[in-house]
This record gives sequence, C-alpha cells and structure tokens, in this order.
Amino acid sequence: MSFPVLSLLIFMPWVGAFVLLVSPGLGPRAARLLALTFSLSTLLLAGVALCGFDPSAAGYQFPESHDWITSLSVRFRLGLDGLSLILVLLTGVVAPLSLLASWSQANNPRLLCILFLLLQGAALGVFLALDFVPWFLFWELSLVPAYFLIRLWGGAGATRSAYQFVIYTIGGSAFMLLGFAGISLAVGTFDFGELTALAANGTLAVKLTALGGIWPTAIFLGVLLGLAVKVPLFPFHTWLPAAYAEAPTGVSMFLTGVMSKMGVYGFLRILWPLFPSALHTFAPALLWLAVGGVIFGAFAAMRQTDLKRMVAYSSVNHLSYCLLALFAICAISRPGPDAAAAALTGAILQMFNHGISAAALFFCVGVLEVRSGGLRGIGDFGGVRTVAPLFAGLCGISMFSSLGLPGLNGFVGEFLVFRGVFGLVPWAAAISTLGLFATAFFLLTFWQRVFHGPRIGAGKGPFADLSAIEVATLLPLVGLMFLFGLFPQLLTVLINPLVNTWVSHLAMP
Amino acid sequence: MKLPVHLLWLIPALPLLAAALGALVPRRARGVASSAALVTIIASFLLSCMALSSALGSTGVHQVSNFEWFQLGGGSVRLGWLLDPLTALMCVMVTFVSTLIFVFSLGYMKEDENFKQFFCFLSLFAAAMLGIIISNSLLLVFISWELVGLASYLLIGFWFTRPSAAAAAKKAFITTRIGDLGFFVGMLWLNNASGSLLFFDGGRGVLESAALGTLSSQVTFGGLAVSTAIGLLIFCGAIGKSGQFPLHVWLPDAMEGPTPVSALIHAATMVAAGVFLIARVYPLMSADQALAHVPLHALTAVAFIGAITALLGACIAVAQNDIKRVLAFSTVSQLGYMMIALGVGSWVAAIFHLLTHAFFKALLFLGAGSVIHAAHHEQDMRKLGGLGPKMRVTFLTFAIGMMALAGVPFLFSGFWSKEAILHAAYEWDVSSIPLVIALAAVVLTAFYMTRLVAEVFLGKARSKEADHAHENSAVMTVPLVLLAACSVILGFLGTPVWPWLQSTLTGLPMEKHSLLEGASLIVLSVLLVCSGLGAGWALYARRLRQSAAAEDPLESTWPRAFAFAGARFKFDELYAATVGRLNLSFAALSDWMDSNVWGGLINLLARFGETAGHFNKETDDEVLNTGFNAASEEIRSVGKLYSRAQTGETHGYLRIVALGFVVLAILAMMGGAR
Repeated sequence: MSFPVLSLLIFMPWVGAFVLLVSPGLGPRAARLLALTFSLSTLLLAGVALCGFDPSAAGYQFPESHDWITSLSVRFRLGLDGLSLILVLLTGVVAPLSLLASWSQANNPRLLCILFLLLQGAALGVFLALDFVPWFLFWELSLVPAYFLIRLWGGAGATRSAYQFVIYTIGGSAFMLLGFAGISLAVGTFDFGELTALAANGTLAVKLTALGGIWPTAIFLGVLLGLAVKVPLFPFHTWLPAAYAEAPTGVSMFLTGVMSKMGVYGFLRILWPLFPSALHTFAPALLWLAVGGVIFGAFAAMRQTDLKRMVAYSSVNHLSYCLLALFAICAISRPGPDAAAAALTGAILQMFNHGISAAALFFCVGVLEVRSGGLRGIGDFGGVRTVAPLFAGLCGISMFSSLGLPGLNGFVGEFLVFRGVFGLVPWAAAISTLGLFATAFFLLTFWQRVFHGPRIGAGKGPFADLSAIEVATLLPLVGLMFLFGLFPQLLTVLINPLVNTWVSHLAMP
Repeated sequence: MKLPVHLLWLIPALPLLAAALGALVPRRARGVASSAALVTIIASFLLSCMALSSALGSTGVHQVSNFEWFQLGGGSVRLGWLLDPLTALMCVMVTFVSTLIFVFSLGYMKEDENFKQFFCFLSLFAAAMLGIIISNSLLLVFISWELVGLASYLLIGFWFTRPSAAAAAKKAFITTRIGDLGFFVGMLWLNNASGSLLFFDGGRGVLESAALGTLSSQVTFGGLAVSTAIGLLIFCGAIGKSGQFPLHVWLPDAMEGPTPVSALIHAATMVAAGVFLIARVYPLMSADQALAHVPLHALTAVAFIGAITALLGACIAVAQNDIKRVLAFSTVSQLGYMMIALGVGSWVAAIFHLLTHAFFKALLFLGAGSVIHAAHHEQDMRKLGGLGPKMRVTFLTFAIGMMALAGVPFLFSGFWSKEAILHAAYEWDVSSIPLVIALAAVVLTAFYMTRLVAEVFLGKARSKEADHAHENSAVMTVPLVLLAACSVILGFLGTPVWPWLQSTLTGLPMEKHSLLEGASLIVLSVLLVCSGLGAGWALYARRLRQSAAAEDPLESTWPRAFAFAGARFKFDELYAATVGRLNLSFAALSDWMDSNVWGGLINLLARFGETAGHFNKETDDEVLNTGFNAASEEIRSVGKLYSRAQTGETHGYLRIVALGFVVLAILAMMGGAR
C-alpha cells in the first residue's frame, strides 16, 4: 500500500475542521493558526505529489481505489493527472491566502475556519475523484460551507445572494444528477475512466440512444446545465455577481479562485470526454454563449459602480475564454492539432491564471473595504496611490495581470486561447477581442478613479498602507504572476502529455 | 569588439534590470535608482555599438538566435533575437538618445518626490523599446510592444494626482490598445496561416520567401491577398502606437507627462515603434506588390494614412499655443512622412527620417523642457517671449533643432531625410497625392516652427515667469548640445552623394547620385521651405507679439478656422460623441440585459424544467415501487419545510433536487440489481 497522498490531500483540511470542531475553547488566534496550518497542508502535499509526478505520462497517477457501495458498483476512486495537479496547486495557493485574508474577521473565527476547511476539502475532492458518486458528493458538499460563509459573514444583501447562489447551483446539479442517473441506467457504471473508454469506442452513445426518445439529448443537456451554472456559462451567470459581491473578501477569493474552476474542470473531465458527439452538435450554439459571456461580461463590468461586482463580472468574462477554447474545438469536425493544443493549453493556463489574478483583485477591493469602513464604490475613493504606494503597486500588477499584459501570467493563457480559437473558428476569436478591449477599459477606469487624481472620499482620511499580513496575502500572488508570466513552461510541462493525448484522440473520427 | 547575436538580449536586459532594481529599492534611494538607470543605459549603448560593428561586418545577412520559450502540445512556442543593420542602428539611436534624456532628467526631475520611480519607469520604457527592436519574432515584438504601452501609461500619468494626467495616461493606453487589437488579430492570423511567428528561421520564418509566397497567393474576403489583410491588421498596431490618423488623439494629451517623457515618447521609445514595426515586416507588407488584380495593396493604405496624418498634424500645429503641443503635432505630422515613405516603397527613407527625427525631436523637446523648467512650468507660448538672450545655449540648440525639423537646406539632417522621402514619393506611380501633401506639409512645418521660435525666444518677456527665466545647469544643456551636433551630422550619412545609410540598411552596394539628378524636386522643396520660413517671419518675427492677450495674426484673419484647428479639428469631441457613446451605451445595455433579461430567462427555463420534472414524477410514481416513494416524500417534505420559509422559486428547485436524488437512487439500485 503506497502512501495515500490524494486521500490525505482531500481529508487533511477536514481533519483540521474536525479538530477545530471538537476544541471549542480555542482562542481566535490559535484557531486561525491551526486552520492555516491545515490549509497549508494542501500546498505541502501538492508539493509531495509534484515531486513524485511523472510529467511525461498522460494518465492518472497516485491512483487509489476503495470499494464503497458495492451494490451500486460505486468505488471511491482517486487519481491525479496534469489538469488536476494544476488545480490542486491552485487550491493550495489560494485557500491559505483566502484564510489569511479573513484574518481580521472577528465574528466567530472558529466557525469561519471550520467552514473554510470543509470547503477546501470538498473542492479538492472534486478535482481528485474519479467516480461520479464521490465526485458529485464533493461537488454538492462544497455548497454547504460556501452558503454559510456567504450568509453569515457577508454584506447586507448576503442572505438573498447566498440563497440564490445555492438554489441556482443546486438547480443545475439536480439536472446533472438526473443525467448521470440515466447514464448509469444505460451502462451500469459511474466510473469516469470506464465511461470515457465507453464513450471513446462509441458504446456509450449506442447505449444512450437505446434509451430512446429525447433521453440521450436530455441526459447530455442535464449534465451540461449542471456544469454551465457552476462555471458559469453565459447566460446562467446571474447568480454570480451578487454572490461574489456579498461574500466576505476571503470567501470571494476562494469562490472565484477555486470554485469557479470546478465547473470548467467538469467540462474538460466529464462532459467533453463522455459526450463528444453531442457536444459537437451543440457546440456552435454554445460557442455563441461563450462569446456572449466574453463580451457581455466585460461590458457589463464596465457599468458596475460596486468594485466587487466589477471584478465578479470580469470573472464571467475570463472564464468564458476557457469555454470558448473548448467549444471552438468541439465545433470543428477535424480541428488542427496545433490550434487544438494551443486552445486546450490556453484554457488550462487561463483557469490557473484567473484564479491567481481574480483572487488578488478581490483581495485588493477587500483592502479598500477595510480602510473605508465597508465602502467599495468606484466613486468612494481617489488618490489612494499617494497614501498607499505599496498597495497601489501590488494592486496595479494584479490589474495588469488580469487585463493580460505580457510578462505577467494572464497574457500567456489568453494568447494561447486566442491563438487556438483563431485557428478553429476565426470569427469567434476576432469578436472576442472586444472583450480584451473592454477589460482594459474598465480596469484602467477603476485604477484611475481609485488610485489617481487628488485624494477624495475615503482616500482623504487616514489610509494606512498594507499591513504585514496583507502583504503576506498579496505578495505571493503577485510573485506567481511574474513567475508564470515569464516561465509558462513550469505549468505547460505538467499538462503537455495530457493535452497531446486529448489532441491525438481528436484526430480519430 | 563585436556582440554575438545570442548575447543581443543583454541590450534590453540591462535597463530592465535597472527598472527592477528601481522598483525594489525604497523611495529615498534616489541615487541608487538613477545611477543604475544611467549606468545600464550607457552599458546598453556600448553593447549596441558593438552590435553595430558586428552587423556592419556582415551586411545583408540576418543573424538570428532562436530559442524555445515553452512547450505547447507536441510543439513549442519559440522566440528569438535578430541582428541586422536595422536592429543595430535602431539600438544605437535609442540607447544614445535615451542616455541624454536620462541625464537631462537628473536635472529636470531633481525636486520631484517620486524621482526614484521616474528612473525606474524610464528604464522600463527603454528596455521595452529595445525589446521590440531586437525581436526575431512577432510575438516577442507584441510582448515588448505592450510593455512600451505600460511604461508610457506609467510615465504619462506620472503626476497622477493631476486628474488630467491620469486621464491622459488612460487615454493613451486605451487608444493604442484599440490598434493593438488589430495587431493581435493580425498576429493570430499570421500564426495560423504560416505556422510560425519567427521572422527568420532558416527558411521557415514568416519574412522568408516560402511563407511570403503562400501568404500572398491565398485570397481572403473582398479579394484581398491574405498577406495584405494581415499586413493591414498589423498596421493597425502601428497606427495606434505611431499616432497616425485616426488614432492620433492620444499623442498630444501625452504631454501631461514630464517633458523628458515627452522627449522619449516622441523621439526614441514609442512613436518610432510603429514605423520600425512596418519597416521590420516590410517583406510581408510588400508581398502583395507583385499581384496586379487585387483591390488594395497594403502599402497603398499605409501611404494614404501617412499622407492624411502628415497634413492633419501640420495644420493643427499651426494653431496651437502650448509649446509642447506644437511639437506634439509636429511629431504626428513627421510620423505621417515616415508612413508615406514606407507606403511608397522606401522603408530606408522612412528609417533615415526616423533616425534624424529622433535626434532633433529629442532636442526640441528637451529644449522645450529647458524653457519650461526655467520659466517655472509656464508652457503657453503667448506668456513666454524674449528668452533668447536669457538662455543662449537653449536658444541656439533649439534653433538648430527647429531648422532641422523645418528642413532648412544642406546643413541640417532633417533636410536630407525629408528629401529622401519626397524623392520616393515622387517616384511612386500609384498616386501623386502623397507627394503633393508632403510638399504642402513642408511649407506648414517651416511656418509653424518659425512661429514657435519667434514667440518663445524673440521679443520681450510677456509674463513674470518668462522674465525671471535663466539658463539651466550643464546637466541639462550638455545633452542639448550633443543632440544639436547629431541633428546636423546625421544628415550626411544618407545624402544622395554618399548614401551610406541606405546601402548599409539594404545590404546593397552604394549607389551614388549627383545632386543635380533630382535637382528640380530639391529646388522646389527649398523654395517651399523658404516660403514657409518667410511667411512665419513676416507674421510673427517682424511684428512681435506685444502681450499675452494679443490676438494671433492668423486668428484675426480667419478666426473660425484658427479656432477649429486650435481645437484639434474636434476629433476628441467627435470620438466622444460616436465611439465613446456607443461604447457606453453597449455597456449600459449589457448591464441592463443582465438585470432584466438573462435572470428572467433562466427562471423561465427553471419553470419549464419544473413542469417537466413534475410530469416525470407523476409517471415515476405510478411505475416505481412504494419504498422509494416514501423516501422521496420524506426528502420532499424536508424540502417543502425549508422552502416554505423562502420565496416562490425555491419550491420548484428543491423538488427537482429531491426528485433527482430519488431517481438516481432508484436507477442505481436497478442497475446494481441487474
């Protein structure tokens, strides 16, 4: 029995949550430190996994498989490939920093930490589970702590937003569950690996067709809907701005940094391999939706006066690039291998990069909120750069990372997505460049209004520059922006074999 | 000493290092930041000279050094360095002019509290520009190109507490980014059509004959050759960066930055990038020249855009009262000249003018900076006056710069480079419009520069600030003298009698011509220069302005035309009313749709799903056995209990969830039992 690194990855945060749960006498500081330690376990274990990871192999590594519900042939199967490794690393980075961003949260810190660790474990479970049942459990379980985190520590409209968030996502996943029920009925397995193999040799499609009627399409649409709401795919995104805006800073960071990736991950891990032909049929329409998300997300962001809503809309825009890449591949009958490889690599890098830069931007808005006693309107500040040059500098780097400035991480992902999409569906790439323009426009407007000009509004009063803890939160993210902007090879080396396998499968009829 | 091509990266890397150092040291470490910037730019200059010597050692050869940036799928993304005379000459010019501007800044920015940041940004600016120049890959050009945009953004908005500076910085970034989107799409297309972005790669590069043949033989929309379409898209980027019509509006506003920044932007590090880019990808831009039956050649568009810009800039410059704005519009106009040269087929003439212009425009801007610094930041020409006797070095050097820009014959570099462009335009057989416009702009240039000098340096001081002005210290005047010397000498590198520059750039043997060959055109342009100088002299120097409030002679003759040109032909207003409004309306529409349409649509879908689910449940109830029904009821009742506390929609959603779980369980059991 080898070292169960993946199980540890998932369950260490939960162990932490349990320890916190059974020690009610813990002071706030001790609770936070304990939670941070357990949260950091992900990064540590991901490092262990990284060391043992064979970057030249495409398949799942560190596999674990335990019988679970034998009567349903459900197994607790875990595995890690390049895609999951990158997302685990992202979680390992963003989760402790999100916790650090909630450091000054005085209201029941122990409960906050417990919920946070639960959320972290559930997210890791989603990235590592290879059987639908545990995968779906992790997927749904992540909603519970997220709901309470938004509800209990969020802003004025938190109750409604948290509620809407949960209802939308559950509503979506219910359809996905129905879809998988149908699949299970047809082929009798929940295992992603087996299902992928069945899909690849056409058996899955045949068996689903055997269900007759609208069922094959309905099952596909059910699974699609569950994932689309989670990402979110335009126009299923209406829950997102409210939820992200009302959540407390640390939670917004985690939601956008990690949870939004669960949906894209599902698209790549489940929908695409299981329903290649159905996805091909629907891809032209879905491509329009992705383009819609790119354009409407960015332009809607331009109109927001609430800075958190602005960053939230920019997340809609950024995540739509990932889906744009995937749908462009699916829309083409025989995608060119170069373009497909660029699009897929770009989509995965974009997931990681967006996680880093959006988390940093949410944190920066949080800093503004803390300084101004809860204000986060674009007109509530002015001249902040004069009083807080360090904050201005780090926030500026995050902003330029988000708008895709070369040299920082955002550019590489976006360039590859666009390069791939242009080679597949040129018009979609050409139209989507409008999203790049709009993103630059609203981010620079934000910067101009808040940081430049004379000191007005909340910038006028005593406005302290970043504290040590705040620097510790933001600086690692900024460091990663430079690191992966200059050396994207560090990430691409992990996913190249996987991407190559995907691309070679595309070449088959 | 020669610099091998694989070490070419040192040239931008050194200033970049200085920028990084400048960013990391504390604010009070002024000396560290400024000396790092200076030392590295001087080192880069020396390296550039070494690069020039190795490029001259092998003219006509493109030395390249390519490397892999990162792996991508089965292949990789490659970048590279390129060393040829064009690269080397540009590097020498940029580092030399930058060095002088850096030195000048030591004096000019002495009292600024963000002194250290200024040098950090200056180094970044120079590094990014050098990055464009040494790239052997369009991708690396684009990367550096965007970094130039970033550095200009930071420097134009350097005095960020001023709302106008903050707005100008954003305007520059956004306007150039519009052009950059075209560039970006062009780059994607090029990559897609040729499979590479390297310029030279042992026969597989995009500027080599194999790729060019493919690109020019394919036809795309409107009957254009693919190479034409890609060329035009890349040209969009040049339109933005080089301040060409219709994206020229950011350049005058960029005056909000400190004057050394204006000098850098206008001479060495920013607007030159667009012209350089087109010169660099010239084989691509001209790949369609051999095709007869195409609706448009890429270079024809370049020539006409350049012609419009040359005239537009010159007209507006005539009616400006801010010393820096006159110079800014003269840059717009001169860049138009360079584009004309590129368009009519002489990229060499364009680069010649780019080089001479870099020196005399840096000289003029630093001279203006010297005036502004001496006159306590007064830059309205109407309030200056009489500075000639008070600031002799500045005056003399400025006069040299002015004569170079105006194209005063024989002694000044601007004359020779402009002459080269006029000759090229004369020989262009597509249209004579660019030539006519270029000649008209010659008159205007001489006219407005005479006006500028007369208003600023002659007569008597018309404000307290101008009255108290005195010459600046050597740290500011020595760069002026050096630049003035170059503004004279440089012209002799490219005269028809001894066209060293032309033969070096093209790698072809020197083709000497006597001046008499094109004598008629030379005589014509000399006459035009003289008429411009004469008109300016008659209107502004013979009858000197008496007070700051006095009317401009042109203003009293044609008040409306003067006001219209003074308001920059209202381009800003036009754009605000059209593109700007469209942009905002679309943003408002997106936001409104978000609140009112998409949410409703989803709810409608949910209702539909709920109905379907309900129907489905009814059938299931009849078919499936009761045990699971009971379980479902339990879950459903919990759901109901929960949903009762909430609003309407809940009910349906939760029912679907419950139903989903039940159906899953039932189906799974059936599956398990089989």
